[in-house]
Amino acid sequence: MSGGMGIGASAPRSEDRRFITGRGRYVDDINLRSQQYAWFVRSPHPHAELRGIDAGQALGMPGVTAVLTGADLEADGIGPLPVAWGITSVDGSPAVEPEFPALATGRVRYVGNPVAVVIAETRAAARDAAEAVNVHYEELDSVSNAVAAMEEGAPRIHEAAEGNLCFNWEWLPSVMAPDAKANTEKALKEAAHLVSLELVNNRLVPNAMEPRASLADFNSATGQLTLYTTSQNPHVNRLLLCTATLRMPEHKVRVVAPDVGGGFGSKIYHYAEELAVCWASRRLGVPVKWTAERSESFLGDAQGRDHLTRVELALDAEARFTALRVDTIANLGSYVSTFGAAIPTVFYAPMLAGVYKTPNIYVTVKGVFTNTTPTDAYRGAGRPEACYLIERIVDEAAAQLGMDPAEIRRRNFIQPDEFPYQSPVGQLYDSGEFEGCLDLAMEINGYAGFDERRKQSEARGRLRGRGMSFYIEACGAAPSQAAGQLGARAGLYEVATVRVHPTGVVQVMTGTHSHGQSHETTFAQIVADRLGVDFSNVEIVHGDTGEVPFGMGTYASRSLAVGGSALVKALDKVVDKGRKIAAHLLEAAAGDIEFGDGQFRVAGTDRQVAFGDVALAAYVPHNYPLQELEPGLEETSFFDPENFTFPSGCYICEVEVDPETGVVEIRDFAAADDFGNIINPMVVEGQVHGGLAQGIGQALMEHCRYTPEGQLLTGSYMDYCMPRADDLPSFKVATRCTPTSFNPLGVKGCGEAGAIGAPPAIINAVLDALRPLGVRHIDMPATPNAVWWAIEAARSGE
Amino acid sequence: MDVQVSFTLNGKTVSAAASSATLLVDLLRNRFGLTGTHVGCDTSQCGACVVHVDGASVKSCTMLAAQVDGCAVDTIEGLSGDGELHPLQQAFHEHHALQCGFCTPGMIMSAADLLKRNPRPSELEVRDWLEGNMCRCTGYHNIVKAVRAAAGAMGEEGS
Ligand code: FES
Ligand code: FES
Repeated sequence: MSGGMGIGASAPRSEDRRFITGRGRYVDDINLRSQQYAWFVRSPHPHAELRGIDAGQALGMPGVTAVLTGADLEADGIGPLPVAWGITSVDGSPAVEPEFPALATGRVRYVGNPVAVVIAETRAAARDAAEAVNVHYEELDSVSNAVAAMEEGAPRIHEAAEGNLCFNWEWLPSVMAPDAKANTEKALKEAAHLVSLELVNNRLVPNAMEPRASLADFNSATGQLTLYTTSQNPHVNRLLLCTATLRMPEHKVRVVAPDVGGGFGSKIYHYAEELAVCWASRRLGVPVKWTAERSESFLGDAQGRDHLTRVELALDAEARFTALRVDTIANLGSYVSTFGAAIPTVFYAPMLAGVYKTPNIYVTVKGVFTNTTPTDAYRGAGRPEACYLIERIVDEAAAQLGMDPAEIRRRNFIQPDEFPYQSPVGQLYDSGEFEGCLDLAMEINGYAGFDERRKQSEARGRLRGRGMSFYIEACGAAPSQAAGQLGARAGLYEVATVRVHPTGVVQVMTGTHSHGQSHETTFAQIVADRLGVDFSNVEIVHGDTGEVPFGMGTYASRSLAVGGSALVKALDKVVDKGRKIAAHLLEAAAGDIEFGDGQFRVAGTDRQVAFGDVALAAYVPHNYPLQELEPGLEETSFFDPENFTFPSGCYICEVEVDPETGVVEIRDFAAADDFGNIINPMVVEGQVHGGLAQGIGQALMEHCRYTPEGQLLTGSYMDYCMPRADDLPSFKVATRCTPTSFNPLGVKGCGEAGAIGAPPAIINAVLDALRPLGVRHIDMPATPNAVWWAIEAARSGE
Repeated sequence: MDVQVSFTLNGKTVSAAASSATLLVDLLRNRFGLTGTHVGCDTSQCGACVVHVDGASVKSCTMLAAQVDGCAVDTIEGLSGDGELHPLQQAFHEHHALQCGFCTPGMIMSAADLLKRNPRPSELEVRDWLEGNMCRCTGYHNIVKAVRAAAGAMGEEGS
């Protein structure tokens, strides 16, 4: 009945046709009559006092309508960019959250910091005029590295942040023994083996292929603002516009996120540019459009990662982990971005048990301001950082003890009969089969044949290495109450409305947003499956606050686990109501009506009525239980799960290193994931591939670099190394399934897995290849240059 | 200074005035409303803007509109004749070679040029050819698969 496109089918995507024929509708494709263009004047200095802005010359240039500055913003009462998650330091004080105005007032604190916006009739005119805006800066000392920023005498970036410290945080979940710190220290002292590492998690630029863009249209006659913007969560943007920055009533603001060309976290936030075009449109009474150039994306999109961590692992004589201590310094950039303080803390520390039964874990994190672009969630957000250090140190322990990396992991895995498992860092894992995933990964990698392959590589003058990682992550950002206790300033449920039309065709309004995730297909599969209607008769509506009642959007692999579950609950309500209507039509008791294959049937008989006929009766209620039921067939559900979901998986990577050039090539990549139930295997594989590519990018190629003072060195694709087709292998992916009990679909989420699990597997493989040369450590990205120098250093005995 | 450019656009003769600094991609998007050709970078690296000029793939962000005077320009919108999908479009759909779709038009136009030059490319040849087209979503795995599948399908049609 679902047209063969129900749950579990690799249905080709409904959304494809418009994209493959060039008829997608991205923000920059939308143009409105009389629209004007915004161009931002950005600070060229990492740190400076703003002494004055002279826009006289710019205003005299042809086509220029206005030049607006931070002073205008202040005069209009526009609020600063909000922080959506508050963190509390060890001493009980809240994290320092300096006001972040959309256009700088007083000081600029990073290169790219917007100081003014030019509005003009053409983009070229706006751009030319922006160059003519004369800003008088008085340069200040600046610092880009978090450790340097904490040193005595470092330039102070915010008055309120002594030592440039935003927060000094330790992780003490309520379930953890209050003496976790003491216990951890004791276990470290008593360890039979103690392993320690200092690890860098390199800063990355998300680089969705579509640059950010916003087009705002304020109608002065109706007081209505429509904003088209590249967002992963249009309702959240509306909420923040209405409550924090522009301060307009919600019913007067419509936010549309049409087709969006990838996000990976970078399009979650309410950014300065989006706010500025809304404000400018309201002030000037014309539509105002801004489209980022890629160079602006490098300066202005929130960046990811940037941790320095010291990690210590204690093991007993049987190689069982007894304690883990983690001290992390997280570079937050110049301001606290929307989730900037939450990512390196509550999205990080609770994952530090990994898949192992380490009884004692103690984590501290210092969040530090620097003169760089703010950091925030990027694919994986906190969990790749956690996974990287666990899986690096576990491998290091195996190497030091001369153990097989698979064996040391097996010895420490949480076992299937130990679920639900309460980890010492506060997560309650419900499911997983870690040995099963490990075995599967080993099988598809061809683990036993490695020595032979290594010999063959050697014969060609290449060093072959094999590395493994085992990740677990928390997906489906919700439980609102838990999130609230951890500092979230919003709820994290999801919303779905199911509208059955009189002819039985179905529309779903979902609060999640698809910018590559394929919801138009997978959500329709769920509907087809549950209602027995044809897949082609289902339409998924998303990305428009004018059409979808509410929602929290798409990030943290939450869409299916939370949004799909809201959909299931709404579908259940539809079926329930349908059952009552059918009972009336069939003159039976509702309790006797079964629903399946699109038919309501009196149990044990052949008396039945089709779903479409029930829908028609709901809208043409001639024969209808009007005393008990309202007409119509439309239901809405809010779903707020009881917990996160916990996908897990094992990745095995084989690399070849050319010792002469330092070039690392991936020869084999095997991924065995447990995502719980799967709606569309083809789509899930695609998500894994994409995540792996970003993980490989982080491990081998990508690095967002600044000068010590904060000038961005990697400001374009000429110098920020993006993975291209010829840098990557084909992947071997497979799945095992232990469904989660925390949502009605049993799904866990698959969007971030690859980006979390790949980096440690690759670096472990590189080190495995280089250990015979005496190389014991390498940081990401393991570029040819870095590998070559590591080999040279080992050769010369450094 | 404005220049007058006349050329064939997806099979139709067109003419437009453009400033001498106008890029081909801007002419296509803003003057002709062909927004399937995208702009993903400002350094001629990403390939989101690839179109065909006289049958060969070019990055339309790196060409002036004035340069196509007298040429034949084909964009993604012109690839499927009569609503029939081109084998590459079909293969991208069947093999899930796109996610957000932003890189897709450039990717397909670039691959179409490859298949004209090399009807049976190996995996390495596909990867090598597409290194001027970035995709942040797919990890290229399914793109490579789709291009090779399309090559197969086109080979069968031809034989
Ligand atoms: S827009 Fe990036 S290469 Fe043309
Ligand atoms: S499909 Fe999103 S960039 Fe390629």
